[in-house]
Amino acid sequence: MPEPVIVAQNLVKKYKDFAAVDGVCFEVAPGESFGLLGPNGAGKSTTMRMVGAVSTRTSGDLRILGLDPNRHGPEIRSRLGVVPQADNLDTELRVRENLLVYGRYFGLPRAQVARRADELLAFAQLEDKAKAKVDMLSGGMKRRLTIARALINDPSILLLDEPTTGLDPQARHILWDRLFRLKEQGTTLLLTTHYMDEAEQLCDRLVVIDKGVIMAEGAPAQLIRTYSSREVLEVRFGSDLNADVAAQIAGMGDRIEVLPDRILIYSENGESELVRIVEAGLTPITSLVRRSSLEDVFLRLTGRTLIE
Amino acid sequence: MTDTDRRTDAATSRPLGALYAGNARSVMLRGWQATRSTNWLVVVSGFFEPIFYLLSMGLGLGALVGTITTESGQEVPYAAFIAPALLAVAAMNGAIYDSTWNVFFKMQFAKLYEGMLSTSLGPLDVALGEISLALLRGALYATGFLVVMQALGLNLSWWALLALPAVLLIAFGFASVGMAVTSFMKTFQQMDWITFLLLPMFLFSATFYPLSVYPQPIQYVIQALPLWHGVELVRGLTTGQVEPALLWHVLYYLVMILLGLIVTTRRLRTLFLD
Repeated sequence: MPEPVIVAQNLVKKYKDFAAVDGVCFEVAPGESFGLLGPNGAGKSTTMRMVGAVSTRTSGDLRILGLDPNRHGPEIRSRLGVVPQADNLDTELRVRENLLVYGRYFGLPRAQVARRADELLAFAQLEDKAKAKVDMLSGGMKRRLTIARALINDPSILLLDEPTTGLDPQARHILWDRLFRLKEQGTTLLLTTHYMDEAEQLCDRLVVIDKGVIMAEGAPAQLIRTYSSREVLEVRFGSDLNADVAAQIAGMGDRIEVLPDRILIYSENGESELVRIVEAGLTPITSLVRRSSLEDVFLRLTGRTLIE
Repeated sequence: MTDTDRRTDAATSRPLGALYAGNARSVMLRGWQATRSTNWLVVVSGFFEPIFYLLSMGLGLGALVGTITTESGQEVPYAAFIAPALLAVAAMNGAIYDSTWNVFFKMQFAKLYEGMLSTSLGPLDVALGEISLALLRGALYATGFLVVMQALGLNLSWWALLALPAVLLIAFGFASVGMAVTSFMKTFQQMDWITFLLLPMFLFSATFYPLSVYPQPIQYVIQALPLWHGVELVRGLTTGQVEPALLWHVLYYLVMILLGLIVTTRRLRTLFLD
């Protein structure tokens, strides 16, 4: 196995008494696409900042590209690409200038940066916006520009903090397509997300993280197999009735979760569970059979939904 | 030797390794580019402000005042008395604008430094780059103003040429302290305090009349403030009253620069590389 590019062992970050990250361990192999999945405030961004060598760990060990970020911050940062959660593009500069200037922060020669900027504008599908003001771009375009900017130094690892949060579905799909291309080209990706579908699409492997602690680790499909059933039946009886009904159908499926607005019945065959419910004389307002997702894994592990 | 070893050596051989990448130039370049594409008008307006003061106070009020006696006992026309003070003030204002409001905006709203510090730049690169830009602007204003002074016959000595580096020193001092102070500011209201403090300093630092008009205790207060040192230094040079005592003013600014840089670098480190 090739040497991992990121190794975190018992990583801890405390702010006064509060441990934002509380003993996290994971490894990322070169070329791998690795995800940190968890709700807001789980410690994902804090972990990202430590990996990005802009935050000092309280304890534990961390190696990025074989180097300790406490001692080699600038060296590490010169080989990372960072896409922060909130766009921090330079609004006083135009689109192409953003790339040029950012490349110069790495001390790269002008001609090289200019060549790379044009390639990246093409990659981000922003060629015709090269001279536009940043404020005139749509949310999706800004994100793409931020990603292009993060690639200006040809990074060994690309860090993406909630890359598609706040984007409309179409913009998300365009962005996923771009990220997928990077993955195909062998760029190592480390991304945080609280979107299941994003994690399933982009991550080879991920950790589920909650309250600063890792709850589970594995490939998305493997996690779903381990922590959930093949299918899920979702039934709604109306907010007032859900709890009563849940008592009546207890024992159906492998497991039942009662949420405020619906009941989830985990089973290998959702349709047959629905038949049993109807045979029991109950009529749900709506019913839906779907495949298990990482959302279900998270619910199983923490007893909470990801987006609250 | 592996790749990693060599990098380890590079880091340990540079004591400022984590703070400074030797690339403040790129931060300046960014400022220049931004000025060119968006806010050049603000820069131009700053050039005229001291000239308007000079024309109204120096020539207008000067007609009533006539001549004035400097600290060293020399009789000079009123305009020649206030011109060097206005030059020092111009340097201060240019430097302060760039290092306070501009820096505050970039830090709190544009998240510009967050972006810069996730590259291989260190906090000292950012501080030096931003301050150098403020300096460059100060230099531009000062050169223009000196030319106007020359045209109006207000430079009384060839020592006036040294007013240019003196003004840069003043701008450097204000820029580095300005940025240090700004790094502690969190709201616009706090930023207004800076303006509130600068105005009386501008008016009372022996800018428009000699220090001797004040009672002794007030004189001490004024002499503790940075602008007075700037005004006296520049005035000494443009009026040709050059004495070794001027070096005290130089020293005052050197200390200011050093303190400002240390505090700024530390603050940027705490704020963005915690």
